[in-house]
Amino acid sequence: MIRNFGPSEILFLIESARWTLLLTFLAAAFGACGGLAVALARVAQTRAIRNFATGYIAVVQGIPVLILLFLSYYGLSRAGFNLPPIVAASISLAIYASGYLGDIWQGAIQSVPVQQWEASASLALTRPQQYRTVILPQAVRIALPPTVGFLVQLVKNTSIVSIVSVVELARAGQLVNNATFQPFPVFITVAAIYFVICFPLSLASRSLEMKFNAYRGG
Amino acid sequence: MFGLHFGPVFARSDALVYGFWLTLQLSASAIVLGSLVGLSAAAVRNMGPRPLRWLVQTYVEIIRNTPFLVQLYIIFFGLPSLGFKINAIEAGILAMTINLGAYSTEIFRAGIESVHRSQIEAGQALALTRLQVFRHIVLVPAVARVWPSLVSQFILIMLTSSVCSFISVEELSGASYTIQSETFQSFEVYIVAGLVYLALALVLKMAFAALGMRLFSRRRIKPIALHLPEMQP
Amino acid sequence: MPIVVVDNLRKSFGPLEVLKGVSLTVERGQVVALLGRSGSGKSTLLRCLNGLETIDSGRIEIAGHKMDYAPRPLRELRKDVGIVFQSFNLFPHLTAAENVMLAPRLAMKIARPAARQLAEEMLAKVGLADKLDAHPDQLSGGQQQRVAIARSLAMQPKVMLFDEVTSALDPELTGEVLNVMAALAADGMTMLLVTHEMGFARNVATTSVFMHGGLIHESGPPATMFAAPRTPEFQQFIGQSLK
Repeated sequence: MIRNFGPSEILFLIESARWTLLLTFLAAAFGACGGLAVALARVAQTRAIRNFATGYIAVVQGIPVLILLFLSYYGLSRAGFNLPPIVAASISLAIYASGYLGDIWQGAIQSVPVQQWEASASLALTRPQQYRTVILPQAVRIALPPTVGFLVQLVKNTSIVSIVSVVELARAGQLVNNATFQPFPVFITVAAIYFVICFPLSLASRSLEMKFNAYRGG
Repeated sequence: MFGLHFGPVFARSDALVYGFWLTLQLSASAIVLGSLVGLSAAAVRNMGPRPLRWLVQTYVEIIRNTPFLVQLYIIFFGLPSLGFKINAIEAGILAMTINLGAYSTEIFRAGIESVHRSQIEAGQALALTRLQVFRHIVLVPAVARVWPSLVSQFILIMLTSSVCSFISVEELSGASYTIQSETFQSFEVYIVAGLVYLALALVLKMAFAALGMRLFSRRRIKPIALHLPEMQP
Repeated sequence: MPIVVVDNLRKSFGPLEVLKGVSLTVERGQVVALLGRSGSGKSTLLRCLNGLETIDSGRIEIAGHKMDYAPRPLRELRKDVGIVFQSFNLFPHLTAAENVMLAPRLAMKIARPAARQLAEEMLAKVGLADKLDAHPDQLSGGQQQRVAIARSLAMQPKVMLFDEVTSALDPELTGEVLNVMAALAADGMTMLLVTHEMGFARNVATTSVFMHGGLIHESGPPATMFAAPRTPEFQQFIGQSLK
């Protein structure tokens, strides 16, 4: 029984994008916590902590998201946790996000001029106070455009988890294609939905970048 | 708790080696072809006629804002439905080329724009054509300046080749999937595969850095930092 | 009882020895101008006094604190020793008042309204009562540097260090900063300053210290030092500075 690719199929695709957004949100939230820890570890005063963070980033950035997904999926089940696929998927995407966000934010922290550290130290602030009131507020401005840009990558990479039967947008596209055998319109529609999610984020990233450059120039 | 058993995995090392070889082939083809696409598109974007510039920009935006997996599906499932015959490996190389092409267009463009106007004016004052100015004055400093960003993108496309296993290309990830379904040592297989990817990423990084030194270091051009999202497509 | 004691201070950056055994005492209320060519070690000496550089050997006592690089004692020292930098180093994301309030609130635990009042007083003292809510990028260099001085003063330090604070300013803006510093000196603040402003060193400073090759070469009251240099190096330095 071959179905036609009609409005109800398109609706199904749009609805499945909810899972794409949920996955993105979970991965971004947990990845942000991990990423902040990685970034702070990367600029820590203890060499061993710095080295560990550097190694973590190198490993996460040197392994495909697909393999990270399988490692957390099978690794967790081998350790005795039988988690639903969506949880394993969120964990692997969060690990992926923490590696890249940690790198971006570390760069942002280090691009705050060393004089800002000196000036705040000479005012008798503690290190946590320096971070909270002087360094991080400036680092956030620098980090915002690439962070929003990274969200685009995160949205797109949620498509990878379709392989562990999470019915997000890409998997939904596959299902509709299997039912309709009209791959071209089906996957063009899927691509269009991703584009509608990603393109505004790309534009936002670029306009933030421009605003930031104008601020630095002025 | 874990009790890892790598024996059955290494018993199938022939499949892993073949998969690794295929990963290398996919990556190398995409890097060469994708760079050519990116460089041409960046040149068009820089000095082509307006409609073509607009076309390049559209291409870049569409590719950068949609997942590689969907691009791959459109090529592998979509093209045959329109009458173009294509096998999985060809589809993989084509998708990777188109993908890297879009990302490297933006990188090359940033490099081209970083070459100072006065350099171009000096070339034009010597009666060179626009293409000659591009080829002899702009190209080398432009590429040299963005070389580190370009190398990051090359490594990302190598990692992205893993997605080709979705259309049953038996590259490293595809081979790993096959082995885990035969041996049930799923965790072990992916540890091995992960380490191989990691090693390949590090080796590529060093090799390209060395190549960059060889190509550009005597020319004393400082690389520029890009704020492009050079993340996995 | 001197307020600053530096004894046989040595400091190297890699193979380069910048301070080769510097000794110096400063009494309460003194204004000490550190003079010398670039590379003579004067800025390094000043930064050592605030613990921004660690020393290799020797002894520093300042405002009743022995130099100790552990975080807590270093913070206690810095509450009593203010420093103003050549490049202002204001916090760009905070307004002038917020820049001044930051350390009183966090390091001295003063409540926000009191800190705000303190900031208003300090900014009025440097002639910027009308710029409380301006961000640093809306201020001229001279105004930024005066905010930086107010920011240090808000800690009510016992000693103030000034590291070439007018060198990054356009000539027409140096006056407003030097006037604030002269007023501070007249108030009895103990000050050490690295400067290229010979007029200020001569007229406001109570002591001039000429550094050369990582050592104190010559020191004394400016009037006598400038009138009759004892060493050919200082003579040459004045000659060049007056050109």
